[in-house]
Parts: sequence; structure tokens; C-alpha cells
Amino acid sequence: MTEKRFMAGNEAVAEAAVQAGCKYYFGYPITPQNEIGEYMSWRLPEVGGTFLQAESEVAAIYMVFGAAGAGARAMTSSSSPGISLMQEGISYISAAELPCVIVNMMRCGPGLGGIAPSQADYFQATKGGGHGDYHLLVLAPSTGQEAADLTMLAFDLADKYRNPVMVLGDGNIGQMMEPIEFRPLGTSSVLPRKDWALTGAMGRRSNLLKTLYLDPVILEKRNLANAQKLREAVKNEVRFESYLTEDADIVIAAYGTVARIAKTAIKNLREKGLKVGLLRPISLYPFPYQAFSQMAENVKNFLVVEMSMGQMLEDVKLAICGKSKVHFYNRVGGMVPSYDEITTQVERIVKEAR
Amino acid sequence: MKMDAVFERSKTLTSVSTHYCPGCGHGIIHRLVAEVIDELVVREKTVVVAPVGCAVLLYNYFDLDAYEAAHGRAPAIATGCKRVHPELVVFTYQGDGDLAAIGTAEIVHAAARGEKITAVFVNNAIYGMTGGQMAPTTLIGQKTTTTTTGRIPERAGYPIRVCEMLATLEGAAYIARVSVTSPKNVIQAKKAIKKAFETQIKGLGFSLVEVLSQCPTNWHMTPAESIKWVDEKMAAYYPLGEFKVPKEA
Amino acid sequence: MGKIEVNEEFCKGCALCINFCSQKLIRVANHVSKKGYHPAEFSDPEGKCSGCTLCALICPDAAITVYREKKVTGEKK
Repeated sequence: MTEKRFMAGNEAVAEAAVQAGCKYYFGYPITPQNEIGEYMSWRLPEVGGTFLQAESEVAAIYMVFGAAGAGARAMTSSSSPGISLMQEGISYISAAELPCVIVNMMRCGPGLGGIAPSQADYFQATKGGGHGDYHLLVLAPSTGQEAADLTMLAFDLADKYRNPVMVLGDGNIGQMMEPIEFRPLGTSSVLPRKDWALTGAMGRRSNLLKTLYLDPVILEKRNLANAQKLREAVKNEVRFESYLTEDADIVIAAYGTVARIAKTAIKNLREKGLKVGLLRPISLYPFPYQAFSQMAENVKNFLVVEMSMGQMLEDVKLAICGKSKVHFYNRVGGMVPSYDEITTQVERIVKEAR
Repeated sequence: MKMDAVFERSKTLTSVSTHYCPGCGHGIIHRLVAEVIDELVVREKTVVVAPVGCAVLLYNYFDLDAYEAAHGRAPAIATGCKRVHPELVVFTYQGDGDLAAIGTAEIVHAAARGEKITAVFVNNAIYGMTGGQMAPTTLIGQKTTTTTTGRIPERAGYPIRVCEMLATLEGAAYIARVSVTSPKNVIQAKKAIKKAFETQIKGLGFSLVEVLSQCPTNWHMTPAESIKWVDEKMAAYYPLGEFKVPKEA
Repeated sequence: MGKIEVNEEFCKGCALCINFCSQKLIRVANHVSKKGYHPAEFSDPEGKCSGCTLCALICPDAAITVYREKKVTGEKK
């Protein structure tokens, strides 16, 4: 049994990255994720890696571009406004088919906003954020342990698909301290070699990492090829958790911190005799559309709970496609829904359904 | 009568004819960088980071591993690469918009950190690729498409002297300004570029060579007129010389 | 004693080499090259070229190869 360490989610993410073989971290301080960079600043030198505090998030994402292009496992982390600054760079990294991991510990916005948790970067993470047709693979942990596990997975997925992967947490996950066990995936030996990396053209043709294609015929082909790559990811990398849904009349749809809180609400509701479950997306891209669609065959009421004005809500509605009723409860501005509020919402839905 | 070739096209240049305008400084500067890479025998361990600007396609002209950078971000990308592979020779090649406008933070901080990279800064006092707008290095009184009556300080501020600015930073090891307006200046320019690469190879810190470059097309001059303009007008505001030399002799 | 070759695959007729040849041995060609320029053309009927390489040094297109007769040092025959 591996040792358990008591650490904050932010620190767990950093240690997990190091154990996954990440040796390069480039970032810029922003609350509530500073512990990630701070941890890396002393941990990476221990493993012969490099920590560099860049002059801005803009510079940081391009340093990731440089390091990833050189064949290394590289990452950055930030929070909402800083992630906004990185959007151009993310588009470039995806267009150049480079692997990297980007951690976003969401804070409330828009604008400078606040430093309390939020889930209002869902659209930015899953629908685009940067310009052009591309997608990030997005993983959403709901506990510190899961943040560590998914960070390790993120590096493997990034290398497998040659695409950036985002670990989407929030300030709560970043700050909360819990016992964490590091369980390396041990799969780096089966990942494809990085023949495309820039390492100096010794004894081989020069390699080129570019994203400019002035010929529309060629650029269309590239876009279609990238889309094909993403379709593979959509087929293979859907992840979700079904919690007490087998006999549920109402299913809560939530991810991250909210899902964790919802589990407590479900425990209370079950004690009151109400059959409630939780369908928790773990991969936000690819979104578990099929899981929701199938569940809607039997479950007639869903309650989406989000710390946003309704972003994942749209994907749930899309998946369910009118087959069942989709209710919505939200808190924004940094307010975190309590399990009491969620319990009240479910009870209200049950009453109205009668 | 047997004759030997005493001047040939560099091996580090590909056989692709460049898209640069006739007489453009880029062609000369590309040639010098390629010759320096040949002479130092580092082609197989050199990586170039291409800018956004007229030289955006430079990777078609150099037989080197290359990144295409976003506008202004080349020094950040170069930093990422060099930190992963300190044994490689990593250089950026940037114009005045790339380096002195959108990329000012990146170049200043790369120099301040003493990143062991080399920046080749091509200053033609105008934005070439986009059709001749004002650059941060456009001279007072110079006409561009966004300063049609000549640059006026009250409206458009003053040109930036990049070498003088970067030379104030501890991390900057070799900073020099040259031009390519005559064979004599070309020889000096090549010496400076070689010294800059050697500064990197010796691990002494950040190096930058600013090359005053002619832009006949956007200055609306012939190539011959444009080299005169560099000599008479540009070099008066941007003096040639070495602004910082490595402490090690 | 020297001579140059101008590669019309690369020459864009910028005429900077013509500008700097001290012996005036390069001129603008009458014909138009495949690239659509009037390229530089070497003309040295009197064998005045010394192979000084000034033309090649200024050429933005690396279009010029310069040849020079090697001076043979050693015993006189």
C-alpha cells in the first residue's frame, strides 16, 4: 500500500505531474492556484527539471509550446483570467499537434471577478476559448485524489492524441487538504515516440512545427485530419461516474466540487426515502452524451447543478434532447451551493412531479 | 587557368528562392546567419524560431529544425526549447513589430533572465508584411501608411532604441547593432552575428544583434536608394556598434 | 584573376551587386529570367575581375558564386 500524504489539491496536482514525468513547468502567479507553481519551484529541481516563472501567462503558454515542441512533458497552470490570456497559445499548441497539460483552477468572473470557486469556464474549456476549430480534452476532478489521478492521465492522453489536455478544477479543489495517494499509470513506455520533436537535425531531415497554411486545400485537409483524431478521442476517452442511478427517479448532473456536495445531498435524500442518483461527467470533453441519453429513457427528471449561469446545462439538454425534464439550480459569483440547497431543490422537483 | 570557388552559397540555406523583395535586407541577413552556422558547424544542433512578419516563412529557407511562433512570442518559445535542450543553439529571428511592439515583454524578460539564446533583430523601421504601417522603430518624420504626413511625436510617440534599452540588463551578455548596406558593413554584421552565436555557445548569457535593414518596397525607394537611407537616416538615430560585450574576453 | 556566376534561379535583379562592383563588370541583363526579373549579368571581356567578392557579399539572394585563380607559391620553375 503506497503512502498517503496530506496535501492541498494544488500540491497534489503538482506532485502527480512530477510523478508522471513532467519536468517542465512554466506559469505565472494567480489565485487560487499559486501553490502549484510554488510546489514546482522546489520540486522540479529535485528531479532535474525546470521551473520558470514567466513574465505573463501569455509568455508561459508559449514556453510550454517551446518545451512541448522540443519533445518534453510540459505543463502550465492558471486560473480563469490567466487561462483567457493563454487562449491564443492553446489554439497554436493544438494546431501544431503538441501535447501538454493545462490546469485551470476556476475562480469566479467575469473580468477580474473574485477568488472564490466557480464553474463558469466550462464553455471556454470545452467549446473553444481560442480561435479556430480545435478541442481540448478536458478532465474534471471532484476531489484532491482525483485531481492527482487525472493529472497523471492527462499527460498520457496528451501524448497519445498529440493535443493539449486541460484539468479543470476550481479553487475549492485546489485549496482543500486531503490524504492523497500517488498511483503512477506506468504507461509511458507504450506511448508513441516523439519523432516530430525539435532536437536539432542530426542525421535526419529538419523538423518543422508550424500552423500557417496559406493554401486552403491543405488547411482543410489538416482540419479534417485533426477532427478525425478528436473523433477517436470521443470514442475512447469518455469518462463518467454513475452514483446510485440504477433505481433513481431523479438524477443530479454535476461535476467537480458540486458533484461532491451533491453526493452528501443524495445521502440525505435517500435517508428520507427519495430515489436520487448522480451522473457525474469526469471527461467534459468528450462529454458523456450517450450516458445521459440512455439514462433519459428511464429517468424523467434531471437536475443540473452548476456554479455558472448554465453552461454544462446546455450539453445535458443536448444529450437528453427533450426526452426528460431538465431542471437547473445554480450559484455564481463565488457562492458554492450547499447540500441543503440541493436537497431542497430535489424535494421541490419531487413535489411538483406528483 | 584554374579557378577555385572562393564564395559559394551556404549549405544551411535551402535551394528555395526567397519571397523577399529585390534588395531586401532579409536576404543578406539570412545568408549571414546561414554562413555563421556553417562556419561554427552547428547546423545539426541549431533550432530557429520564426516570427510573424515578412520572415514568417524563413523555415523554408534555412535547413534547420524550426518553430513557427505566434507574433512576438519567439523568445518565450526559444526559452522553452533551450531549457529542455541546453546543448542546442537556439535563436530567434524577429522584425520590429514582432520584437519591439507585441513582443517587448518577451524579449526584455528573456534578456533579463539571461536566457542563453540569440535574437537576430531585423529593424527596417516599418511593418513590411502588412503593407507599410508605422513600427515602434519608425523615425520621426518618416511617412508610413499610418503616419501619412510623417511620424509626429505628439501623436505617435518616439522610436525605441532596442539595443540601448536591453544593454541595461544584467542578463544581456552581447548586444550589438549593425547594418548591411555595403560589403564592409556586411562583413561587420557577420562578425557580430558570429560573436552572438559564440556568446550562446560559451554559455555567457543572452545575445542580440540588431540589423538595420532596408525595405525598398514600403519605403518606396529603389534598392540603391534604400541602402543610402539606412546609412544616412537610420544609422543617425540608431548608431552602429557594440553596446554590451561579454565579460569573458 | 577571377570571375563570377550569377544564378538566375535566385537573382531578383536588385542591382546592388552592380552598385558595388568597382570594375563595373556587372550589368542589368536585357533578357527577362524565368522569375520575371532582369537579372544581373557578368561581362568581363578584358579579364579585369579580381574575385574580390564584394558583389557576393552584398547579394541578398546568395545568387553569386565567385571564383578566383589560386596564386601558386613555391619555387620558381
